[in-house]
Amino acid sequence: MVPVCNVDDLPHGESVRIVHTDIPIAVFHVEQDAGGGYYAIDDTCTHQDASLAEGWLEGCAVECPLHAACFDLRTGLPSGPPATRPVRTYPVLVQDGTLYVVVDAPAEVA
Amino acid sequence: MRTVVVVGASLAGLSAVRALRAQGYDGHLVVVGEERHQPYDRPPLSKDFLAGKATAGSLDLLGDQDEALEVQWRLGTRAVRINAADRSVQLSTEDSLRCDGVVLATGARARALPGGGGLDRVHCLRTLDDAVALRADLLPGARLVIIGAGFIGAEVASTARLLGLDVTVVEADPVPLARQFGLEMGQLCARLHGENGVRLLTGVGVRELVGASKVEGVRLVDGTVLPADVVVVGIGAVPNIEWLAGSGLVLGNGVITDTSCATNLGHVVAVGDCAAVHGERVEHWTNALEQPTVAAATLLAGERGRHVHTAAPYFWSDQYGVRIQFAGHRAPGDAVRVVEGDPEERSFLAVYERAGEPVAVVAMNRAKAFGRWRRQLVRHLPTT
Ligand SMILES: Cc1cc2nc3c(=O)[nH]c(=O)nc-3n(C[C@H](O)[C@H](O)[C@H](O)COP(=O)(O)OP(=O)(O)OC[C@H]3O[C@@H](n4cnc5c(N)ncnc54)[C@H](O)[C@@H]3O)c2cc1C
Ligand code: FES
Repeated sequence: MVPVCNVDDLPHGESVRIVHTDIPIAVFHVEQDAGGGYYAIDDTCTHQDASLAEGWLEGCAVECPLHAACFDLRTGLPSGPPATRPVRTYPVLVQDGTLYVVVDAPAEVA
Repeated sequence: MRTVVVVGASLAGLSAVRALRAQGYDGHLVVVGEERHQPYDRPPLSKDFLAGKATAGSLDLLGDQDEALEVQWRLGTRAVRINAADRSVQLSTEDSLRCDGVVLATGARARALPGGGGLDRVHCLRTLDDAVALRADLLPGARLVIIGAGFIGAEVASTARLLGLDVTVVEADPVPLARQFGLEMGQLCARLHGENGVRLLTGVGVRELVGASKVEGVRLVDGTVLPADVVVVGIGAVPNIEWLAGSGLVLGNGVITDTSCATNLGHVVAVGDCAAVHGERVEHWTNALEQPTVAAATLLAGERGRHVHTAAPYFWSDQYGVRIQFAGHRAPGDAVRVVEGDPEERSFLAVYERAGEPVAVVAMNRAKAFGRWRRQLVRHLPTT
């Protein structure tokens, strides 16, 4: 479980980028009318090199700031070109006023 | 409509194919492409691909979702003529395709240096093959002279610097990119070169290339000779429209269309870098991606003007680790005002204003704010 920030520090419509063991993750707090939930996905667009935390949040989707591919925050799936591959999604938890992203431990190399 | 021929198998051509299918066209679709490659993405050719950080495979534009498109690809084949009378497209292979609709998506090619040519290690950069050839010559320590400090020139300079070459850029205009960004912002971009160890010479033209079989230098109009092991010519692009002369199509600086992508021939639409909407040609990736949706609708409706594409032009460029983004319609005389961040830090957003109204926006390393402004801009655009 990776701490992200205090829940108050991520209002509706906002996003934040964290880096966990070299993997940048984007965490979003969607607007009330889109359910108001928290979502976490890989921050790096699967098309080319752009940070999705800097994208445009529209309902439960984020539009890449570079070439406008749209990713569903719930599934990670792109809605169309230029992205062809999904981003990974991560569960988000709130505990004692703090947001956490649940990242599976990377496979240990013996 | 039973057969549509798309000429040009790159971003605009593929986008047209996708749009036709998405809009319910279920007839025959043929795509004719001069290059032997499947559609691929050009922007990385001067950036990560040239730097060796991206593979040719990663440039593929076709994804799994495109398998259902049912397209007949005629790659490695050039269209040489369109015949309005019998609605056919004649190919370099000498066969001829009868069709009901034509999408012109032949793009542009790199402008050649007048009088240049013939020497080894002189490159331009438009195609994957160009990029592969150029990359082979970008050896650490080699002296590279780039003619033209436009986007391609600047990006190649940035990548070559990263690869450890000794880089000089020559630009005939006093300030590079001033046509796109205006003097102030052009100057700011120009400074990136010097800050990153690249020599930039401005306000001086090139007279000729020097060398016996391979290039040895670049002679400037003031007589100076810049020694060079490799030369890149980046002096703009010209639309691939010569083959359409005599077809009855109205041509200018591109195939002339209206905002619905319609040409003067009822069964022909034009998109992407080869199309000039009311005479204005845009050479941006996003335009080639989005405009074909309208072209497909126009072709299928068989009626001009019903669907229009009026999005504010948008482009980006990556130079020396700085991402530059621009959207809107800038004109000489517009005032430019920094509204966020600091140009000195190479992280800022500036707005171009005309009569107090925002008309365009430029940013360096400010993607989030840029996205917000780009949307805001739409509300200020003329609604014609
Ligand atoms: C190195 C490079 C970097 C770029 N970087 C950026 C960037 O950072 N940002 C940005 O916004 N834009 C960028 N661009 C521009 C962007 O790539 C173009 O706007 C886009 O490729 C236009 O797509 P198109 O399909 O209209 O034309 P093109 O991509 O030019 O494709 C046209 C195709 O048609 C084929 N063709 C031509 N004539 C015929 C014929 N008679 N018969 C059959 N086929 C034919 C050509 O061989 C070509 O494959 C860059 C371009 C280059 C070259
Ligand atoms: S980098 Fe995200 S759509 Fe291209």
